[in-house]
Amino acid sequence: MAGLRAILSAALAASLAGAMPGLAEGGAGSPAYGIVKDAIPVSLTGAAGNAARGRMLVLDRRVGLCLLCHSGPFPEERFQGTIGPDLSGIGARLSEGQIRLRIVEPARINTATIMPAYFRTEGLTRVAAAFRGKPILSAQQIEDIVAFLTGLRDESR
Amino acid sequence: MSAGSRARAVAWIFFAATQTVAGAEIPLEERRSGYEFMSRDTRAMQDDDATNPGVFWVLDGEALWNRKAGAAGTACADCHGNARVSMKGVAARYPAWDAARRRPVNLEQRINMCRTERQKAAPLEHENRDLLALTAYVAHQSRGMPITIAPDKRTEPFLNAGRATFMRRQGQLNLACAQCHDERWGKKLAGTTIPQGHPTGYPLYRLEWQSLGSLQRRLRNCMIGIRAEPYPYGAMEFVELELYLMWRARGMKLETPAVRP
Ligand code: HEC
Ligand code: HEC
Repeated sequence: MAGLRAILSAALAASLAGAMPGLAEGGAGSPAYGIVKDAIPVSLTGAAGNAARGRMLVLDRRVGLCLLCHSGPFPEERFQGTIGPDLSGIGARLSEGQIRLRIVEPARINTATIMPAYFRTEGLTRVAAAFRGKPILSAQQIEDIVAFLTGLRDESR
Repeated sequence: MSAGSRARAVAWIFFAATQTVAGAEIPLEERRSGYEFMSRDTRAMQDDDATNPGVFWVLDGEALWNRKAGAAGTACADCHGNARVSMKGVAARYPAWDAARRRPVNLEQRINMCRTERQKAAPLEHENRDLLALTAYVAHQSRGMPITIAPDKRTEPFLNAGRATFMRRQGQLNLACAQCHDERWGKKLAGTTIPQGHPTGYPLYRLEWQSLGSLQRRLRNCMIGIRAEPYPYGAMEFVELELYLMWRARGMKLETPAVRP
């Protein structure tokens, strides 16, 4: 069972991650990324993202989906979620690499998390045909969001 | 235990740990119908039969109940008489065991079995207006009655399968029903308050649909929301989920036809 094997190797990687850099497979055809403690220090694309595009992705309820669960410093946006923490000042609380890991593999921080792993394609159940084999966001989109969130330094809302 | 089977056992435990959620069920006394999470206006719309749009379907259902159909030329009323008497409490115990098929069937399936086997008529498609109307009419006869899914050795494996589905993470977003409806009810998913997910009002009028719809239509909406491949209408998985949801809501009162946003 290929699915089971992928999960097993992910489990192994997870148990190693605390002690040393682990390696995990990214989305289809994408390079593996390295996890150091609770962060992915290196960009998934090898380059910095575009914060303006990242802002649009975070606000887009059909693409980023972030505001379904989170609120943030977006006074113009109605109907923000209350499931996750407010994202205001997140760039002051977490490093760029910590933010990247929380989008790529939030279960490394909290195994029971409800937050989806945005770069995951393996070990999922009954994914709808249109989304099968694809991560929720591409490496580029994740880097754009990381660039935007890293710049959110003001804790006040 | 061989090394191989031990590895498989470990793999299985890990699989179970990642793919299902712990599942602390809501204590009985804390359960609330979706009705209680609605705005005052929407509650008023449900409460008054003069404004509740679902009542149109109930009235259509009453006409269909008395109309002869199929090659046998019989009406539901010819076998069951006055629905106000014979159908009272029936919807409150569905899905129910079907001895011939050796599995539980839901209310729509039971109605279609009467159509094909007794009336010798073609079965009605899921979400067909007449099927919704007949189901609403039958379920309406139990309005205000408590759900009474009785413990039953025969249906137990199906109920357990439904519970397992409820706890299983699914779809590209990898979410389980329980993560929203057991663990985070009352919180806001964007603008919508997450209800506990009780099946007390079905078929019901949903403002978003501008129509009456079945419980399975609602469940498909939640599956599409988490980007999971919805089960086909009438699938065994859905009947199992319905059975679990009804058991989870045991003792709660039926509201058909309810209104939801
Ligand atoms: C289905 C719900 C859900 C969605 C969708 C979601 N999150 Fe989260 N997120 C959470 C929850 C809940 C937490 C709190 C930690 C936990 O439980 O894992 C969290 C934590 C975080 C954190 C760490 C916050 C901190 O203070 O430590 C970041 C950063 C984050 N999310 C960013 C995002 C971004 C960016 C998106 C969209 C691209 C997103 N989230 C989409 C539920 C969600
Ligand atoms: C990401 C959160 C989420 C997940 C996961 C989810 N649901 Fe829902 N569910 C909702 C929300 C929000 C509503 C209310 C929608 C509305 O009123 O517009 C709802 C409504 C319902 C209702 C209708 C309740 C009523 O009062 O009529 C049922 C039943 C239900 N869900 C069952 C399920 C089942 C079964 C699953 C898994 C297959 C599931 N849900 C997965 C968020 C979720």
